[in-house]
Amino acid sequence: MTRLLPALLVLAIAAVPWLMPNLQVLLTLALAKGIAVMGVTVLLRAGQVSFGHALFFAVSAYAAAFLIAAWPGADLILVLVAGVAGALVAGLLVGLFVVRYRGIFFSMLNLAFSMIFWSFLEKFYHLTGGADGKRIRRPPVLGADIGRSDFELLLFYITLGLALALAWFTLRWLGSPRGHLFRTIKTNETRLQYLGMSPRHVMLSGYVLSAVLCGVGGVLMGLSQGVVTPDFAWWVRSGEMVFIAVLGGAGSVAGALLGAIVYEMVRIYASAFAGDIWQMLLGGFLLIIILFAPGGLVGMFHRFFPGRAQDGEDRT
Amino acid sequence: MTTPHLLEARNLEIRFGGVVAANDVSLHVNRGQNMAIIGPNGAGKTTFLNICTGWLKPTRGQVLLEGRDITRLSPRDIARRGVARAFQIPQLFTEHTALENLLIAVAARDRLSNPLRDLHRIPERAEMMHMLEMVNCADVAHRQVDELSEGQRKLIDIAIALALKPRLLLMDEPTSGVASSEKFAVMDILVRALHEAQVTSVFVEHDMAIVERYADEVAVWAAGDVRLRGAPAEVLAHPDVIRDVIGEVV
Amino acid sequence: MNFVTVLLATFDGIAYAALVFIVAVGLTLIFGVMRIVNVAHGSLYAIGAYLTASLTAAILAAGLPPYLGFPVMLVAAVVIGVVIGGPMEWLLLRRIYDKPEVLQLLVTFAVFMILEDVQRLVWGTQPYFQSAALQSLGMVQVFGVNYTVYQLIVLPLAAIVLLVGLRYFLRRTLVGKLILATTEDREAAQAIGINADRVFLLTFVVGAALAGLGGALAQPTTSVLPGIGADMIVLSFAVVATAGLGQIEGAAVAALLIGLGRSFAVYLWPEAAVLVPYIIMVLVLMVRPEGLFGSPAARKI
Repeated sequence: MTRLLPALLVLAIAAVPWLMPNLQVLLTLALAKGIAVMGVTVLLRAGQVSFGHALFFAVSAYAAAFLIAAWPGADLILVLVAGVAGALVAGLLVGLFVVRYRGIFFSMLNLAFSMIFWSFLEKFYHLTGGADGKRIRRPPVLGADIGRSDFELLLFYITLGLALALAWFTLRWLGSPRGHLFRTIKTNETRLQYLGMSPRHVMLSGYVLSAVLCGVGGVLMGLSQGVVTPDFAWWVRSGEMVFIAVLGGAGSVAGALLGAIVYEMVRIYASAFAGDIWQMLLGGFLLIIILFAPGGLVGMFHRFFPGRAQDGEDRT
Repeated sequence: MTTPHLLEARNLEIRFGGVVAANDVSLHVNRGQNMAIIGPNGAGKTTFLNICTGWLKPTRGQVLLEGRDITRLSPRDIARRGVARAFQIPQLFTEHTALENLLIAVAARDRLSNPLRDLHRIPERAEMMHMLEMVNCADVAHRQVDELSEGQRKLIDIAIALALKPRLLLMDEPTSGVASSEKFAVMDILVRALHEAQVTSVFVEHDMAIVERYADEVAVWAAGDVRLRGAPAEVLAHPDVIRDVIGEVV
Repeated sequence: MNFVTVLLATFDGIAYAALVFIVAVGLTLIFGVMRIVNVAHGSLYAIGAYLTASLTAAILAAGLPPYLGFPVMLVAAVVIGVVIGGPMEWLLLRRIYDKPEVLQLLVTFAVFMILEDVQRLVWGTQPYFQSAALQSLGMVQVFGVNYTVYQLIVLPLAAIVLLVGLRYFLRRTLVGKLILATTEDREAAQAIGINADRVFLLTFVVGAALAGLGGALAQPTTSVLPGIGADMIVLSFAVVATAGLGQIEGAAVAALLIGLGRSFAVYLWPEAAVLVPYIIMVLVLMVRPEGLFGSPAARKI
């Protein structure tokens, strides 16, 4: 059951464009967000929470927008690569500084960096387009210009494929020697130093991975919406990522994707009658999950379907 | 020219506020021996280990490893040069199993970085299982370390240090927290493991029975200085040691 | 930059620093005692400002003189400390003191999200501007520069009184000494009969009231609108981190540094003014990771 259900879920999602086409765009956005949430999840495995990872989400979407503005013929693949490269560079630069800190300092310094970037986007409007943001025109795919609906369909499958591939990679990474070293940041940095390792280097490797994951999510989101605004970097967006990570099951990679899908579905339907109190509901749910169901959605799943947890996912 | 000592401290001095934990201390460690450091509480024994591993910096003096100055190096650089450390309170990765704790040590030792290889599938796994057997913990290899007894945790703490294949192992009270009925058993295991891995060791110890039985050499640390050093039988019979050190422990 | 603008920038900076200090000192006091950084601190600041704006408007509508706006600020601060701070500590934080730091952060973050929407539900999204209290004190001329008495004298005075008062309270009064004792060693404090639960509750109420007071005092000088709480938590954290967590006197110095830095930037490079506090924080932390006045925590092994 623990293996069959996820497989069925993936098949069901893959069939959405044919069975429930009106959900296709929503799911693209949800999966893009889910990929970004995986980045936050990685950090949670080291016991750290970032309140500013929307920064990398925004950096990559803006990198894509700038590339397309400067070179309208840039191919989709190039746009994706540029976006992710932007997030990678930003992750390295910010990472070099923030990996020295843990706990509240880590959280708030990440928040501060995202606020700096957000202010920059808002104030330097001649460069960044200010609050209106920048358009991301539909790029050609392998040299061919394709229509809007075909592009959306393609983007949906690219997003789904990337979500699965990156989830696989992230799980492998967390289960690898380097991933295990990274996870010891949570339990014993003193010993880590006495093993001859620099906690900062170890932390940086996970931080860059998390930034890249957020970047993949951000560039996909930007391409899907056709526009990127400072809102991409706004702290509410970072908070949302943390919320989804905890909802899915803090530290669970599968939970990040699952949580993002559930979150977007609920949000679409709830915003009709609870748009004004949406954050309040999120906050309330966050408290309930933390106090009463710390395992999140994945924890509930395992409670109903007990089975062997995959190594990268084992949490205690 | 003689070969330099494995580890040598020269004129170490360290103060915390007004308290002098080491005052012009010089001490060397001979290769292949197990050296015990004894002395009253607060005499500066743990501070000495902290200085030798780079955790604390002395106000004056030097620490030499095979003749090379390591005084200003960080704990991680000193660890990289083959000096390992075991702790009075075991420093373990509490969310990992006993075996995983050792595998992580190997990952650090060999700088394993392939992101697609599972930690459990590294070739050194057999070597680490053997290490667990050596410290009598093979039966709890797959148990989370925070579920284990204090004695087992101490042994795994030492096994992590040994997994780094050090030249020198510094241990802070290896048998504290171990039930007194198990102390000799733990030390038997430990000394055999050290011998097998050809590791020189220095251990801080309060239990004179352990010192007498397992140390090749004893240094007496009192009031921030090494007062006496020699073979266990000789040192432990010294009237000053009986009065100042053993008297306090008993 | 001529003399007049230098003077203006200095006055702006001092007034701003006074406000930020009042909020930041609440944050650092709570951290010092409880080891928790309250992310919802900024919301308490915002609610303090909203509450003051509404109450002042009510006073004016009733035909009462505008100087009554000053006691209203204190009322707003106390209300926030007691009505929001008290239950928050008592119902929520008390359950998580022994939990991992990540969870503590998430809990106060959740409260922050809830309070942000509470503000919007109660006060809407329209900006509130209510400067009657500020205007009632008039202007003062210094070296030919006209400046409001409220910003040049009242705000810095409030900050200084708070700094001195807090020092006196913590070092000289019995309750203050109990708080300091609990800060240093909670278990030992309990062993000698200090009720740590009550100390925590009191500290949190005082800290929350200071956030409310900061908002109340800021209200006449600025428009109150959604988002100021988020800005303030990051800004006051920047002050607290620059000073060193838990450093009360240090927070005053850091607030001045950041306040003046920001106000000079307003005149020299307006687009970057909002960035200056963060740039100062990042620069300070790069050189001194524990802040200007913090000491590195010695880890025992």
